[in-house]
Amino acid sequence: MTLLETQGLTAHYGDFQALFGIDLEVRAGEAVTLVGANGAGKSTLLRALCGQLPVAADQILFDGQPVGGLRADRLVRLGLAMVPEGRRLFPSLTVEENLQIGASSNRPGPWSLERIYGLFPILKERRKTPSTALSGGQQQMVAIGRGLMSNPRLLLCDEISLGLAPVVVKDVYAALPAVMAEGTAVVVVEQDIGQATRFAERFYCLCEGRVVLSGRCDAVDRDAIRQAYFGL
Amino acid sequence: MDWINVIIQGVLIGALYALFAAGLSLVFGVMRLVNLAHGDLIVLAAFLAFALVKAFGLHPLATVVFVVPIMAAFGYGLQRILLNRTLGKGLLPPLLVSFGLSIIVQNLLMEVFSANTQRLQLGALEVSSLEIAPGLSVGWYPLLVLLAAVLFIGLIQMLLYRTRLGAALRATSDDLETTRLMGLDSRHLFAVATALALAITAIAGVLMAAKTNFDPMSGPSRLVYAYEAVIVGGMGSLWGTLAGGMVIGLAQAIGGTIDPGWQILAGHLAFLVVLMVAPRGLFPSSVS
Repeated sequence: MTLLETQGLTAHYGDFQALFGIDLEVRAGEAVTLVGANGAGKSTLLRALCGQLPVAADQILFDGQPVGGLRADRLVRLGLAMVPEGRRLFPSLTVEENLQIGASSNRPGPWSLERIYGLFPILKERRKTPSTALSGGQQQMVAIGRGLMSNPRLLLCDEISLGLAPVVVKDVYAALPAVMAEGTAVVVVEQDIGQATRFAERFYCLCEGRVVLSGRCDAVDRDAIRQAYFGL
Repeated sequence: MDWINVIIQGVLIGALYALFAAGLSLVFGVMRLVNLAHGDLIVLAAFLAFALVKAFGLHPLATVVFVVPIMAAFGYGLQRILLNRTLGKGLLPPLLVSFGLSIIVQNLLMEVFSANTQRLQLGALEVSSLEIAPGLSVGWYPLLVLLAAVLFIGLIQMLLYRTRLGAALRATSDDLETTRLMGLDSRHLFAVATALALAITAIAGVLMAAKTNFDPMSGPSRLVYAYEAVIVGGMGSLWGTLAGGMVIGLAQAIGGTIDPGWQILAGHLAFLVVLMVAPRGLFPSSVS
């Protein structure tokens, strides 16, 4: 079943056009990755999907309904959660308060504080500390947990490995299968092709605001993705 | 003993300034909105109390039961309908719109209540006092104002730091764009913040109305005291605002003792001195 679909999605920053007719599809419970170099339009695409950029309504379908241009908070209520680039935790809130804020949409579902603490036990130990006092990897765990607290049907993760040590990146990615086990689709934006294709079932490679290659991760040669990545 | 008396008087009047300022501080802290009509909203609350006393013969302090919810509801609507539209477009639109609102409130009050100076009469409570030492007594009413300031600033502080609503308000203050990604409707949250701010402003207005004379034009000077208290205390810190109000009150009391003509000026001078020595205020919030 198709959960999210974009049809000829275009997006602009003022006069500058950043996306040129993106067609992509995410099925329920699926793991999809968006790869591409800096400036390829990955983050712009996620921002357009989660309601942070003006978009024509029928360019994005969520569960068959046109949702392009809806306010971000409405989209969260429909089940579309975002783990923003750079984590964007609330510095004046504790770890637990950050997680609770994620539940503001009151969507029912499997995720609760206890479940998040089960997924990331270190966060339970540090639940009373300010989010700024955590390590980068722990902050990323809070950001993912905060997104899950809205019980999304689709979790968008923007550059969750950015600035983290490789061993920490592994820990962060290790949590995602548990998310998909609940039937939640996960879209990760990733610069590291190896990491991305190990995790996801399908990929879209973006270059200069267009999808230049897409397919099943196990069916496409990594070198072919690498060439598309650099626009070769 | 005279100086102890002066200090006590300064602290007590400072408590009223802190109550003036708490709403301003809250609104600025949550949405970075400087509301130039804040003083006029204090005076509006005072006139509401005055009208209720006149119409129904209520005890002046009992009017808070009505004035607080009326002002809170007004605050919610004001933010939702008017002030939200001014946000996110730079510094100037909220300043201009609230300045216009200030003029409208003043003139409406003038139209309805005339330019006459008013005051609520408290009867025996106005003159009764508590003797804490021989030759040193404190009026019960100023003491009540101090208690109200500590109580209500404490309550708002608790709401901000102990409740989910408070966490949402602090998150909004930290990073508005990301709170939207959490499913929070910032337009509603801002309106709730303004409703809370005007609830405490209503209490300030009623307490002021029984302590000093007021007329439809006395809002701007209240705004100045409130603004000074917020800056002296440090933006975004409510306990700082309480301290800031007391610094202004103390300076006025000390200035007034030296020469009655110096009372108001001494408050402003204290404000300028703090700005020079500690531009971020005495208790700057660690976040902003």
